Formats: sequence, structure tokens, C-alpha cells
Amino acid sequence: MLAYAARRLVLAIFTLWTVTVLSFIIIQLPPGDFVDAYMAQLSATQSNVSEQHFESLRRQYALDRPMYVQYLKWMSGVFSGDFGTSMMWRKSVLDVIGDRLAMTMVLSLGAIILTWAIALPIGIYSAVRQYSIGDYVFTFIGFIGLGVPSFLLALVLMYLGFTLFDSDIGGLFSPEYQLEPWSWGKVKDLLYHLPLPAIIIGLSGTAELIRVMRANLLDELRKPYVITARAAGMSERSLVLKYPVRVALNPFASTVGYLLPYILSGSVIVSVVLGLPTLGPLLLGSLVAQDMFLAGTIVMMLGALTVIGTFLSDLLLMWIDPRIRFEMVQ
Amino acid sequence: MQDDRQPILSVRNLKTSFFTDEGIVRAVDGASFEVHLGQTLGIVGESGCGKSVTALSILGIVPRPGRIVEGEILLRRETGNGQSQEVALTSLGDSSSEMRSIRGAEIALVFQEPMTSLSPVHTIGNQIIGAARLHRKLTKQEASELAVELLSLVGIPRAEGAIDAYPFQLSGGLRQRALIALALSCDPRLLIADEPTTALDVTTQAQILDLLRSLQEQNGMAIMLITHDMGVIAEMADQVVVMYLGRVVEEGPVDTVFGESKHPYTQSLLRSIPSIHSTPKVQLPTITGTIPHPYNRPAGCPFHPRCPDVMPGVCDHHEPELQSVGDEHLVSCFLYHPVPETSS
Repeated sequence: MLAYAARRLVLAIFTLWTVTVLSFIIIQLPPGDFVDAYMAQLSATQSNVSEQHFESLRRQYALDRPMYVQYLKWMSGVFSGDFGTSMMWRKSVLDVIGDRLAMTMVLSLGAIILTWAIALPIGIYSAVRQYSIGDYVFTFIGFIGLGVPSFLLALVLMYLGFTLFDSDIGGLFSPEYQLEPWSWGKVKDLLYHLPLPAIIIGLSGTAELIRVMRANLLDELRKPYVITARAAGMSERSLVLKYPVRVALNPFASTVGYLLPYILSGSVIVSVVLGLPTLGPLLLGSLVAQDMFLAGTIVMMLGALTVIGTFLSDLLLMWIDPRIRFEMVQ
Repeated sequence: MQDDRQPILSVRNLKTSFFTDEGIVRAVDGASFEVHLGQTLGIVGESGCGKSVTALSILGIVPRPGRIVEGEILLRRETGNGQSQEVALTSLGDSSSEMRSIRGAEIALVFQEPMTSLSPVHTIGNQIIGAARLHRKLTKQEASELAVELLSLVGIPRAEGAIDAYPFQLSGGLRQRALIALALSCDPRLLIADEPTTALDVTTQAQILDLLRSLQEQNGMAIMLITHDMGVIAEMADQVVVMYLGRVVEEGPVDTVFGESKHPYTQSLLRSIPSIHSTPKVQLPTITGTIPHPYNRPAGCPFHPRCPDVMPGVCDHHEPELQSVGDEHLVSCFLYHPVPETSS
């Protein structure tokens, strides 16, 4: 077990390193660098800035040095906790990210929990009552949920919110709490604003999960062990929950790991539309501006979360599936 | 324990059909037989002749879109002080609490596939304890002691450790033993064993059959043994029911059915068993043709298209009925009783 954990740790570090290298290269693949993008932006607004200023900017961020030098400079900073400076914001990357990482996690976890809480019971119902009216209704709603892009749903809901209830459903905080430091009131305000974005972001995942759960469970319901339990006199409800549902849930444990980055990259546009203070819009902006330290840091954080999440989901899988547990130990 | 006149289970004219989009499949089409305490009833027939559906019908767990459409299943329950009472299982709702108190407690099932008949993610002990506590008032501790006892009863070595084992850690034979232990957890009076040895190798088969026989000697339960293997029937059964396309074609004590088989189907089945006395390198006799498609049952006697003794004009027009041809020996064939004149 200990050897297994150690092996995973080494692999995790290697994966993270690969992620940073790749993201650093890919961010710089487009022609030009941050200063070019910055210059183009300034000349569009007709501002007069001297050539010298750009040169000093390039030197300051080492943009005139080869790429591996830039990378090594950045990485040596990372090891001492300094993730570099965001060229776009002229602030340290950590200050720019600030609460956004936590907000992203809260929102994503909210979306995941909502997704599971809605999808799993419906999936179970649809499988147990296959081809019933309820199953058809949920299937219909599910396919609509899959088909409607979530940013469109966000726009529609915002419009309805404005016209019918005269309220802004965007953001995660009311205006009065926006810039406040954390307090109980702010937490309550967050909890009040959280469900709607979480539902919108989780919608397509919910529809997908219903189908997956239904299919998994239908497979399991046909297995002989269900007949064994039925013949033993268990009531239908308790036997379905104890055996086939339990087995059908196993595959979900393996998806926990990459749910977080999956939801984040899937929700960038929704976050922009709803004006959510999450990492998504920040990542988008930094990529457009070629702000490589900010983008690199965000991608690295996502990579770290994925690696940690995958490890946790492997542990979870070992815990709930004895077949995997015994294979690992041997 | 033995009581020949009062069967523990009587099945009368049972008909179970599956109502699919393509048509109605008459999986069981008028089966009648009786099972007695302390005895083994063997039900034999080719695949798809309705043996397993008969078992599921008795337990009231026929999967949709199937259901029992006709007939009676009577179970004799003990009411204490030596008295007993017949309960019509067919009139109880499948999911009624009375039916559930019978399933597992009075009638238990050992299903045909030991590989998949136990949940892969629960320990053997967990599953036996769960089943035992459904019908008996036991604490977890008592139930787990019972589980160990049952597992050693069915011959699983180191039973204390085996209750913490998962099914995938046991061999096929041990899994089948564990399944039998599960079925015995509430001391059933009727054990339905549906192809209990089909998935096992021959040595293990013999061990499992020995186990079933010794368990029956110990607690006097009735066993309904479903198989396609005439050898297993010869070794185990007291009474034999031969089924073809959901109907009983011949029925009687095992020696009579094997020694003086009357129905052409039974005779063909017996001929197709390889014998140590047969001439080497000669092909075994087979039954010509295949089982008709269930949507397309032949008119008259269902066996007539494959029957070596078919009487054209009779067998394809009239349905034979199960009638006596001797002491407890019943056959449904026009070779042995007159053709009804009034039928169409």
C-alpha cells in the first residue's frame, strides 16, 4: 500500500511537470508575445508610448530571452512560492487569482453535488421503471438538457430574471457584498446566489449522468445476483438499493477525479455570461493577452487539482470496489 | 418427515406467458406436478422448455413482461402443532409481504450461475447474514455465527475466514456451496436448484450433488432439481418430470421413466446419452430438428415435427393430455391413449 502511494506520488510530480512545460509552450505558440498584444491594444486606443517603454517591459519579464530561460526563471520562483507577475494586471499572479480558486471550487462542487443529487435518483427510477411514462418524460427532458448549450440557458434565465423579477441573477454576490471582506453575511449571500449558476453549469452533466446511471443499472438489474436476492425474499426497493445500485455506482467513483477540470473548462462561457468570479473568465482573458505567467499558473493549478482528484478517486474506488482493492494489494 | 399423500407443493396446470412486442411466448403451458418432503423431483428438458420459468413462477418472481396467466401453485405451510394449511401462491401478490415471507424462508432458490449469482461487491457473510435476518429475528452476532455454521455445513474450509471473502476470491465450486448456504439460511422446506451443476466441472458436480443429497437426509427438505442432464436426474431424483415446450410430456418415478419410458421425446433423450457400452466411433443418436421458435408453436402435440413415431392427421391436429399409463406413470402421447373425437 505504501509503495503504491509512493509510486503514485512520483508519477503525480512527473505529470505536473509535464503539464507546466506543455502549457508554457502552448501558450507561447501564437506569434508575438505579451508586449506585441499590449502594443496592438495601445495603438488601437491611440495612446502614445515610447519604444523604450516596450523594451523595458520585455526586459523586465525576460521576454527577450529564450523560452527555456523564461521557463526556468518562472519555475524557480514557483518553488519559493512566487508564481510570477501577471503582465496584464501588473500584479502578482497570486493576488490576481485571489479568491477565484476557492470560488471555482465552491461553484464546481455545488454543481457536482446538485448533478448527482438530481441525476442518480432519476437514473435509478428510469432503470427500475424502464419504458414507463416517467422514464419517457425524464428521457425527453434529459435530451433537451443535453441539447441546449448551457450559456444559452444562462442568457434566457438572465433575461427572464430581468424582465419578470427585476433582479440580476448573474454573479455570486449581491452588489453590497461584492468588495466586502468575508463575513457570515457574505457566506449566506453566496449560498443564496450559488444554486442557479450551479444548476446551469450542471445541467448537461445531469442529463448525461441520468443516461449513464440508467444504462449501468439496467445492465446490473439483469444479473443473476438480483434474482438470488429476490428469491431470498428481499423487498424490491431494498434489494435494488443494496445490490445493483451499489454495483452501478462504482464507475462514477472513477470519474470524480476529472470532474473538477471538466466542469471548469465546460463552464468558461457560462461564467463569462453570468459574470462569475471564477477562474474560467480569468483563464480566457490571460490566454487572449498571452499573459503566460497567469495562464501557466491557472493551468498548473488545474493540473494539480486533476492529479489530486484522480488519486482521491482511485482511493475511493479501492474503498468501494473489493475487486480493485485486492488487485492493488497483490 | 416423509408424507407421501400430502405434497408440500402442487403445481396445477401452470401457464406462464411473456407478452413481448413480437407476440406472446408461452414459456410454461400447462405444467402440473407435485413435490413431496424428503424427496427430490427432477425436472428435465432441453434449453428453453420452460424449466427455469417454472421455478421463477413458483417463487412469484417471473420478470416482466412475463406473468402467470393460469393455474394454481399450492404450498403446504406448517401452522404449528403438527397441522398444516395449503396456501395458493398464485393468489398472493408477487410483492405482498406474505409472498415475501415465503420466498427465501419456505422456498429457496439456488440459481444456475455460481459465477454471477452473488453480488461481486459484498462479502459472502454479508449476503448470508442479510438473507438470514430477513426472515429470522437474529442479532448481527447470531446471524454471523449462523453464517459460519452454514458455510462449514456446506463444506467450505475455514468458514470463519470465508464469511469475509468476496465471491471473486472463491472457486466456482466454493461459490456454488456458498450459494447453497445462502439458500439454507432460513431452513427452507423446499429447495429449488436450477441447473446447480451446469457451470461446474465434473468432479465438482458430483461433490455438489452429494452435498445436496446429504443436506436433504439431514433436514428432510424437498428438492426440486432442474437440469438438462439425464445423468444428474438418474443419480438424484425420486420423481421425474420431462418437459417439452412448456408442457409436461412424461412424469413418474425415476426408475419407471428411465426403465419403461413411454413418450418418444423421453426415449430420444435417453438414447442420446453416451453409454460406456455403445460401439466406439458411431455417432450418437440425436433428436432431429430443433426446438420450434417460441412464437411459432406447432399445432397439436408440440413434439410432432420432431417425433419419430408421429401419426399424421392425429398428432398435428389434436393436443394430447397427460394421462396415466401405469402406477404413478403419466404420459401425454396419442400412442398410449385414444384420440378425442370431439376436438377440432
